[in-house]
Amino acid sequence: MEISRTTIEHIANLSRLNISNEEADSYQAQLNSILHFIDKLNELDTSQIEPTSHPLDLSNVLRADVVQESLAREEALRNAPSAKDDQFRVPAAIEG
Amino acid sequence: MSLFNLSIKDLHKKLVTKELSSSELVDESLKRIQQVEGDIQAFISLDEEGARARAKLVDERISSGQAISMLAGLPTALKDNMVTKGITTTCGSRILENYQPIYNSTVYEKILAADSIMIGKTNMDEFAMGSSTEHSAFHPTHNPWELAYVPGGSSGGSAAAVAAGEVYYALGSDTGGSIRQPAAFTGVVGLKPTYGLVSRYGLVAFASSLDQIGPITRNVEDAAYVLQAIAGHDHLDSTSANVKIPNYTEALTGDIRGMRIAIPREYLGDGIDPKVKDSIAKAVKVFESLGAICEEVSLPHTEYAVATYYVIAPSEASSNLSRFDGVRYGTRYDSAENLIEMYKKTRSSGFGAEVKRRIMLGTFALSSGYYDAYYLKAQQVRTLVKQDFERVLVDYDLILGPTVPTTAFKIGEHIDNPLTMYLNDVLTVPVNLAGLPAISIPAGLVDGLPVGLQLIGKHFDELTILRSAYQFEQNTEHHQLKPQLGVKI
Repeated sequence: MEISRTTIEHIANLSRLNISNEEADSYQAQLNSILHFIDKLNELDTSQIEPTSHPLDLSNVLRADVVQESLAREEALRNAPSAKDDQFRVPAAIEG
Repeated sequence: MSLFNLSIKDLHKKLVTKELSSSELVDESLKRIQQVEGDIQAFISLDEEGARARAKLVDERISSGQAISMLAGLPTALKDNMVTKGITTTCGSRILENYQPIYNSTVYEKILAADSIMIGKTNMDEFAMGSSTEHSAFHPTHNPWELAYVPGGSSGGSAAAVAAGEVYYALGSDTGGSIRQPAAFTGVVGLKPTYGLVSRYGLVAFASSLDQIGPITRNVEDAAYVLQAIAGHDHLDSTSANVKIPNYTEALTGDIRGMRIAIPREYLGDGIDPKVKDSIAKAVKVFESLGAICEEVSLPHTEYAVATYYVIAPSEASSNLSRFDGVRYGTRYDSAENLIEMYKKTRSSGFGAEVKRRIMLGTFALSSGYYDAYYLKAQQVRTLVKQDFERVLVDYDLILGPTVPTTAFKIGEHIDNPLTMYLNDVLTVPVNLAGLPAISIPAGLVDGLPVGLQLIGKHFDELTILRSAYQFEQNTEHHQLKPQLGVKI
């Protein structure tokens, strides 16, 4: 499987990364060589094998639905690069 | 300086009898750091003031006759991906360069509760992605045995700090070998507990189904004491295992006569340095002389483990690192026209090349059209890797092999070839995929550089690992070897 330049640009966009032309070249080469190595997995017939997403047999670890202390607003905003009116401030999400 | 040759047990005794004070220990650590840090660069930040203040409090407690824990008063260091409230936690990244957490990781809470003294946060590959600590955004760390060589990674700072005698023990994290491999490269003990034994709350996540925190120490008994302090169920971590924690130190001195040790032929194959193989063969003789039965077995899917890991780990990382977007914390790239541009500029300038590479690899593997071929496939192979171990561990107590195919390599040697770097992890990643516990212990030197021996155990059977590691250690002299760093320790 070879990743095309278009795919690299698409992935970069999905990853919310800007990459220069040189970076795109080098990432394309590196990712292709890594993927080529990963293709090794196709040597194995896994059609009857269940996937393992987690090493332990845990599921739905929940606590009782009881109100407990939560993080104070000032604490939550303490590291905000930009805050206003008790909220995180960010550039506009939508044009115009 | 003989203090750094004292075990945790001995130091504790001297503190209790007031032969030593915690303030003295902190002084010695800081003095040592001053002597060697210029060469080693194990730390990202130091908290000298906080350490001295805490040491003073511990000394007051001892003076007033209060009982103290085993780790009380001892200088330690935490890898910089474990959040420490009010103390900068960078994960080795520019994107968190000035990040001061608003909460403590559970392990740090336990270290504080034990009255242990954190001297500083240690260097690491950025977001734990790497095997050499060269991917730290700040500076590389140097191997105390040979300064031109890497200490391993990603917990290179923690391992180097212990090996160089800067702290008595340290905490690292291990996702694909990041405790064990640096321990092997720097001639110290590194233990990755069973997945779920130690809380991940406050460990900045790299790969959530693989990450574990564990001790890096100068000897096996110390590792047992540290594990005792940090293990245990945590309701704040929904992947935390609800298991009874045994007494790890009491179990050390049992003999290992009749213990069944499996040696996978795949762990001693062509890719392993012949001198490393030799050290392991000598180690096997020691185990046999102690009454253990060592037999060759096969873990046939070993050759697929690195490929599996390098799909799963980057995939999980791509998801985990999406939180670094400049909105709520971390550095933000200020001049952006809209939100998406802000995300892109922040992340592109804040993340290093290896992190970006892995995020892209993971994003690709999880993307529509490729998910089945890559991520799902890798999860299925993960099952096969896990089953290999389960099969062998029915008939055997432990699995033995080298921790790494080689000894430490030179700084700069592999930095331009990510794939060569990844292949370094062939002996460590299978363990994370299966969630098993494993330890790396010193097994001698090859051309002046340490070799690590890895022992892998059954789920939650750290007792067997610690006991056999301890017996091996006590019947050899490898753990007594120390690097020569200008001033002898």
